[in-house]
Amino acid sequence: MNEFPVLLTTLLVPLLGAVIIMCLPADRHKPIKYIAAAATGISLLLSLLAALSYDKGLGGMQLVQTIPWIKDLGVNFALGIDGISIPMLLLTTLIGFSAVYASWNIADRVREFFVLLLILIAGVMGTFITTDLFIFLLFYEVVVIPIYLLVILFGSTKRVTKEYAGMKLTIYLLIGSAFLLAAVIALFIKAKAISGVASMDMAFLATLDYPVGFQILVFAFMAFGFGTLLSMFPFHSWSPDGYAGAPTAVSMIHAGVLKKIGGYGLIRIALTILPAGAQIIAPVIAVLAIGNIVYAAYICLSQKDLKYIVGYSSVSHMGYVLIGIAALNIISLNGAIIMMFAHGVMAALFFSMIGNLYEKSHTRNIDDFGGLAHQMPKLTAGFIIAGLASLGLPGMVNFIGEFTIFVGAFSSFKVITIIAITGIVFTALYILRALGTMLFGPRNEKWDHLQDLKGAEMVPLLVLGIAIFAGGFFPFTLMDFINNGVGDLAQQIGLLKMGGLL
Amino acid sequence: MDLSMLLTEILVASLGLIVLITGLVLPARNNYIASGIAFWGTLLILLYSIFSFSQQGAIFNGVYNVDLFGNFFKLLFLTAAVLVMLMSWKYSNRFHKKSEFYALIIFATLGMMLMSAAGELITLYVGLELMTISFYILVAYLLTDKLSGEAGLKYLILGSLSSAILLFGISFVYALSGTITFESLPASLTNQPALIAGLVLIIAGFAFKISVVPFHMWTPDIYQGAPTPITAYLSVASKAAGFAALARFFMTAVDPVDMVFDWTLLLAVLAAITILAGNLIALTQKDVKRLLAYSSIAQAGYILVGLVAANTYGLKGVLFYSMVYVFANVGAFAVAAAVENDTGKTGIEAFSGLSKRAPLLAAVMTICMLSLAGIPPMAGFAGKFYLFAGAIQSGYLWLAIIGLVMSMVSVYYYLGVAKAMYIGENETADGLSTGGALKVALWICVVLTIVMGVYPGPLSELAGFAIQAIM
Repeated sequence: MNEFPVLLTTLLVPLLGAVIIMCLPADRHKPIKYIAAAATGISLLLSLLAALSYDKGLGGMQLVQTIPWIKDLGVNFALGIDGISIPMLLLTTLIGFSAVYASWNIADRVREFFVLLLILIAGVMGTFITTDLFIFLLFYEVVVIPIYLLVILFGSTKRVTKEYAGMKLTIYLLIGSAFLLAAVIALFIKAKAISGVASMDMAFLATLDYPVGFQILVFAFMAFGFGTLLSMFPFHSWSPDGYAGAPTAVSMIHAGVLKKIGGYGLIRIALTILPAGAQIIAPVIAVLAIGNIVYAAYICLSQKDLKYIVGYSSVSHMGYVLIGIAALNIISLNGAIIMMFAHGVMAALFFSMIGNLYEKSHTRNIDDFGGLAHQMPKLTAGFIIAGLASLGLPGMVNFIGEFTIFVGAFSSFKVITIIAITGIVFTALYILRALGTMLFGPRNEKWDHLQDLKGAEMVPLLVLGIAIFAGGFFPFTLMDFINNGVGDLAQQIGLLKMGGLL
Repeated sequence: MDLSMLLTEILVASLGLIVLITGLVLPARNNYIASGIAFWGTLLILLYSIFSFSQQGAIFNGVYNVDLFGNFFKLLFLTAAVLVMLMSWKYSNRFHKKSEFYALIIFATLGMMLMSAAGELITLYVGLELMTISFYILVAYLLTDKLSGEAGLKYLILGSLSSAILLFGISFVYALSGTITFESLPASLTNQPALIAGLVLIIAGFAFKISVVPFHMWTPDIYQGAPTPITAYLSVASKAAGFAALARFFMTAVDPVDMVFDWTLLLAVLAAITILAGNLIALTQKDVKRLLAYSSIAQAGYILVGLVAANTYGLKGVLFYSMVYVFANVGAFAVAAAVENDTGKTGIEAFSGLSKRAPLLAAVMTICMLSLAGIPPMAGFAGKFYLFAGAIQSGYLWLAIIGLVMSMVSVYYYLGVAKAMYIGENETADGLSTGGALKVALWICVVLTIVMGVYPGPLSELAGFAIQAIM
């Protein structure tokens, strides 16, 4: 079938945008911003088109495109989407598009900013739509350096300097990826020894039977690598510092999508290829997830800086995702994926609101504010939507995620799930307290000069707000995809179990 | 015997002599003619060696091999020589005599070619000495600069010492096996301690040339003191020549499968400490040339990993990585040379605010350093993938983990330079004049680093053909 390469175009449009921007003179700010918006906008539309054209009845990988890349390593530049990658792809394009608008007021080194941002968006997208492990790693590491440059060039220095934050984030993620690389290479070599075929195709690697000891070792490495990216306790400390130092758009993309590569990788790669290893390591992950949920939530209670609150809360929320993955059943995995989507849009909305407020007031300390609802009603609405989504209010997509995870996880880990549920209470406490202090109460004259959201600043609120509510009221739109994808996966793991591994 | 097989070597030798004579005959103000002949001549020979890449056959009864393995490295040396000459175009204005400088580069290249193709130990040694002696002079070529003179003297003393050790090892091997050709060695190797001592001494001699810890002490001082283009050439080509000779000797003469002596374990330990020491010491460096010197020690460790693996992926990695290392390291040193030309300094503060003064230089430096660190989409990533895949296939998982973790740690000091270039302040905001030739070298380095990283297929196939000669 010779049809339009939707995925490849989705991936290349931001890169093309970056190249065009590079060729423009540095002082033409308006055209640069329009091109960035157009590139991410086209990507968003194409990804929606890809999602709509996905045939749920058929299932499996669709819109597949394969270009041979490196022969002796069996690497193909292979793209394809299934039910698990569709929500992630949509999340990336939604947040990418919003991030461009959240950066609309950037005035210094505009060209560099948007070039790096577009490369970053394309890199993240690539990890979600490739079906080849080598290409996955390629995209996975490509994103690290643009983030570093964006943080040190455009970040902000508060509690920690932006240089420190950027370097900490980079080194944490790279050390994690070193173990991931070792795991992938070991897997590749083992698969070649077993099957005699050199291949990096994820689906092919998942069909082989690996010895259990090998699976445990490699899964542990992958859990460390992906866990670091997902800010799994105790490898989470890069995340609050990193978000605090990063510029708005990077915080949005990082907390919103990049972290989710960790969860996606755990499910798509580690779990699918090494189910026996997963069975052994999963309880460890579940216990660490408690550390995420409770410990990070506890820290949140004492934070004053808005970015730190959302940073730690995102560490806390990733605990839910980890429990969902560790519980290893269809419902909990469904929950983990929808939670990743939900947290992504929520965190991105939160960071874009914080960024906007910080840009105008130059402070992020909640105690400095009070009664902001008087001066900035639209911004307040954005904060409220994000905050309520964060504490899992029904009607928002986050509720669907948390609920599904708890239902699924309870059948696997009773005590752990109950401890995890207490996290919701903490979340409610710190979110409501922070929002209450900042937004409500008597009018504070000091902030009368602040202007409410207008024009381009509204775009992130509208796009992400719609996504939060749409997902909350019509969860089946996403759930159908996810269920489909997880169903395929469960079938694969089930087959392997029958293969006599456990 | 078909002497036309040696045409590349003969052309290089004649070119060196022609350049030397041109320099003698023409008056000093016309010395650009000699450098022009050197550059265009080397470029033409490079083109010729690309066309004659598939030529193979042994001559002088296996003393000298013309095969794809040697041809691959000849291509590498000539490419590096061309890039270094481009890089020296402006830099060489500070030399009192240009023609000899270029002639010596050409002779060093010839020595490397002999090393990579030699089929017996004496030819190998002659090639090595030709290369090293040329470098003794080149390192000290900045006559008025004390650091350069000191570096030259250090290199001379330590280099002679290591050559002596190598010769000592060769004499052991010859005394106990009665042969020095690689072909006949495996049959005569026995388990005698003295013979193993000879092999260890040979390893030590080579370890000096490729600056493997604990034989690395000379590297930082000499890299810092030598003229920057020579540092670049020393770090990429002389190292690659050492690896070529080491790989050919150990893969063909000391069979790793039917092992008389497990040299892979010895090399694995050396590789591990080289990677650790090189990267950790580099973390504290404040001078970019010294930093690159320690980083190049670490790089030698990575390449050694491929030799330790001694299998298809590992050796392919050695060749692939040596090639991409040429572009990444020459690119980085070319930027250092441009900055040195402008400011007279190579400390990290000289690079502050470079992104505003010369965006191209800053971008090339960042990209080349990321390639050295093995971050995709730069070529270093695919190279490291091959090297460590080979190591894991041979059961050296621990070595692969050390290598991968340390290459991520190396990002710290590489990004330290990037940070200075992008957010550092500099009192002068004037543009930095680089000169056209250097710019060409920069573009070649950066484009190839990215292209080979995004689409490594062709180079990997080439390396695959080349290693069949020694497997």
